[in-house]
Amino acid sequence: MNINLTLIGQSITFLAFVWFCWKFVWPALLGVMQEREQKIATGLQEAERAEKDLELAQRKAAEQLKEAKAQAAEIIDGANKRANQIVDEAKEAARSEGDRLKAAAQAEIEQEVNRAKEQLRSRVAALSVAGAEKILSVNIDAKAHDDLIEKLAAEL
Amino acid sequence: MAAEQTATGYIQHHLQNLAYGKLPAGYTRADGSVLSESTWTIAHSSQEAADMGFWAVHLDTLGWSIGLGLIFCLLFARAAKKATAGVPTGFQSFVEVVVDFIDKTVKDTFPHRNSMVAPMALTIFMWVFLMNLMDLIPVDWLPLAFAHGTSAITGADPHHVFFKVVPTTDLNATLGMALAVFVLMIFFSIKEKGALGFVKELTLHPFHSGKWYIDIFLIPFNFLLEAVSLIAKPVSLGLRLFGNLYAGEMIFILIAIVFGVGVLGFIGAGLLQMGWAIFHILVITLQAFVFMVLTTVYMAMAHDREEEHAHDQ
Repeated sequence: MNINLTLIGQSITFLAFVWFCWKFVWPALLGVMQEREQKIATGLQEAERAEKDLELAQRKAAEQLKEAKAQAAEIIDGANKRANQIVDEAKEAARSEGDRLKAAAQAEIEQEVNRAKEQLRSRVAALSVAGAEKILSVNIDAKAHDDLIEKLAAEL
Repeated sequence: MAAEQTATGYIQHHLQNLAYGKLPAGYTRADGSVLSESTWTIAHSSQEAADMGFWAVHLDTLGWSIGLGLIFCLLFARAAKKATAGVPTGFQSFVEVVVDFIDKTVKDTFPHRNSMVAPMALTIFMWVFLMNLMDLIPVDWLPLAFAHGTSAITGADPHHVFFKVVPTTDLNATLGMALAVFVLMIFFSIKEKGALGFVKELTLHPFHSGKWYIDIFLIPFNFLLEAVSLIAKPVSLGLRLFGNLYAGEMIFILIAIVFGVGVLGFIGAGLLQMGWAIFHILVITLQAFVFMVLTTVYMAMAHDREEEHAHDQ
């Protein structure tokens, strides 16, 4: 086992290879690896963000749906109420119209009755006068007994 | 195992590197010829390789380590160039798994700001792993192919051609890397703490009284302790890797010898080699990892300031 110049040669070779690796191999490889690491990290971050966005959107959609449903329910409720109101109003109007018609009819009836009474009275007066004329066979002066006849008619 | 070789010769042949160095004038070569003048040549025997002294290089160690390092660098550079931040596929995912693993390990052990430490850890892990992985190739394949290939081309005796394919079983390679780590340790120590801070760290630790007339006598002890612990770091770093892989290869060589001992030996050796190779996968990966983690820890120590130590205690 001889120690000789190979020792120095090996040292120089060693340093040369280390220098080569230091300058040309290591930085390029590590750079690429770090770049990929960065890429993956950003990718993961973005995926996380997208997931969060999706969740947010879903929640928003659900909220909007709920709101819409509530609104629809409100509208239907309002419509129902309005319909009831209209029906009530119509009922009321019909009832009042009926009442009015009834009242008018009654008034007319009363009027007719009064008129009939009046006619009857005047006829009764004439009849009583004619009856009396016949009974007395005397021509009575209608005018002279007007007072009497009036009293008679009023008693009827 | 060649028939004319002894077991010892076989082992020795496997443990000798392909050395290229200078032999002095008047040197008697392995084949008995005498050199008329000093020559640069390839060693034909272990003795020749040893006689070349320090000024020789192991062509196989350097060749394989540079080759494997280039494979790592080019594959990873290609992956880095083609890498996209999209869905990773095929080789890119493998590269990213490795890079991610190294990055996490370094972040756990190295809390300071230094863009060089993580790529260095990656280089160490992958490079040492690839070099260790050569240990799993059956011990004779590449050496025999190389020896016969060269003898066919140059006419050299194949027994004189040595070829070790696992660079980390060469002490030069592991200590060479540890040496580079050591240089970086000292460089970052001085850069972070200043030369004075580094000297202080070596001389005013672990014994420190706060009174200069006592400290003066403590400095030699401190320096001795700190110097030993400082030197021990790269030495243990290099020796650990070398020891593990050398022992592993030695066992592969021993198993390879058993292949030649009859039918029973062949079957037994086959089973043994498979078992050892499977176990060795763990050793290979673990040693690459240990070398990487310890380097990172040493770098962190070099960046640690004295004041931080004081606060820690």
